[in-house]
Amino acid sequence: MSRLVSLIKTFALWELLKGLAVTQRQFFKKSLTLEYPDEKTPQSHRFRGLHALRRYPNGEERCIACKLCEAVCPALAITIESDAREDGTRRTTRYDIDLFKCIYCGFCEEACPVDAIVETRIHEYHMENAGENIMTKEKLLAVGDKYDAMISADKAADAKYR
Amino acid sequence: MADLMPKFVLNWFDWGMGIFLSLPEWIQYLTITTWKILFVMIAVILIVAFSTYFERKVIGSMQARIGPNRVGPLGLGQPFADVIKLLIKEVVVPSQSNKFLFVIAPLLSLTPALAAWAVIPLNDSFVIADINAGLLYVLALTSVGVYGVILAGWATNSKYALLGAMRSAAQIVAYEIAMGFALVGVLMAGGSLNLGDLVMAQAGGVSHWFLWPLFPLFVIFWLSGVAETNRAPFDVAEGESEIVAGFHVEYSGVAFAIFFLAEYANMVLVSSLTAIFFLGGWASPFEGIAFLQQFGDVPMIGWVVSGGLPWLFIKMCMFMYIFFWFRATFPRYRYDQIMRLGWKIFIPVTIIWIAVEGVMAWFQVGPWSGLGA
Repeated sequence: MSRLVSLIKTFALWELLKGLAVTQRQFFKKSLTLEYPDEKTPQSHRFRGLHALRRYPNGEERCIACKLCEAVCPALAITIESDAREDGTRRTTRYDIDLFKCIYCGFCEEACPVDAIVETRIHEYHMENAGENIMTKEKLLAVGDKYDAMISADKAADAKYR
Repeated sequence: MADLMPKFVLNWFDWGMGIFLSLPEWIQYLTITTWKILFVMIAVILIVAFSTYFERKVIGSMQARIGPNRVGPLGLGQPFADVIKLLIKEVVVPSQSNKFLFVIAPLLSLTPALAAWAVIPLNDSFVIADINAGLLYVLALTSVGVYGVILAGWATNSKYALLGAMRSAAQIVAYEIAMGFALVGVLMAGGSLNLGDLVMAQAGGVSHWFLWPLFPLFVIFWLSGVAETNRAPFDVAEGESEIVAGFHVEYSGVAFAIFFLAEYANMVLVSSLTAIFFLGGWASPFEGIAFLQQFGDVPMIGWVVSGGLPWLFIKMCMFMYIFFWFRATFPRYRYDQIMRLGWKIFIPVTIIWIAVEGVMAWFQVGPWSGLGA
């Protein structure tokens, strides 16, 4: 009997019709596509994108060249050299992040005692020439200066979870 | 109409007509036929262009995507962008290939797909060649189409192309038989090989269409048509997971575009043929309803009741949609499954149904009623 039923089902193309019904139902549903450059997905304030070095409100750079970030970096992407500045404070003379090596884990940000190095929510950037993958101290500070308001807002939003 | 046109246009028109009518009869015939051919050709190519667009839209919707929407309003410019892209691309001819056959193969697959339109009746008066062996002509030409595929596979001199061509040939041979037997059933019901007469035999509304008495043949004809055009789920000839792109691996630019055009022209052809054989072609489904017949002569919308080209177009679009629907739904058949389905299921079923038709004709039911009276 069950063989007869299955024979009838086979010749009625039952399984195929079921499959067609599935795709037809899907046809009338709304599509899930996000048209990327025009529409974007919501982003977390914890998003770890391009790096930046921050400054204090008085303009003084935060980084004190403790090299904790260099030590914690699992990808060995950070290179720091330091020296004493004219006023006697210890400052970095070189602070390079190789974006090709970086794995965007955020450990540098976690390790930093003065919240100097941060990862911003910027993720749409590119390089056009060899060597542009190295973020020098100047470039990092420039990113920090340009997006200071955004970075501060993101840090404030995350502060209550820390 | 005469009031709307300025006098000199009418004069020019009369002058032109005068010259035309003074020409020898064979030139008049040739001119009119050429215009008819041009009309059908351009219509088919436009339908092909937009069916590629609608295919991507339909499959996109079924996969929760949007589909092309960047070129022109709603992405409607996409087919033209594709054509321009393919036209300006380089045609690479492999150095070890048979150059003559390599170039001629795409044309061999496109020509039959377009030539078959000669016998397709678009409405009760428009058909390029009203020949009495139209059905045989269609069968012959759809079979010739396979030479393009085989030659392409062989001339390319690539193992993948050759494998694809062999698969395609075996598949088309297998399904051609089932298709032919299904058409024998149509022939028995319609009593003619002329496609126009077949449509006439289905006149009288939905219940008179061959779809009902020949339902199994309808299903088999349609599925064989899908297999003949090498479309999903029967597209092993270009199974990209095993043999890259099958017979057209090495084709690029215009040569590829012609293969593409041929595939879609064949789809349009099979859709129209199915509509003509089983769904009454250009006949209107409202034909049998007496109340509606008075509206048959209303201009612009009279065709809804009296039938005409728009109905054939609508039915063809329905089948084109089913092509896309199949492609979005079914995974590709394994090669041996295709062979099994073609030889061991489709052919026996068609033969059995032809016998059933014989019984129906004996008892004079369905399309055979009034035959012996």
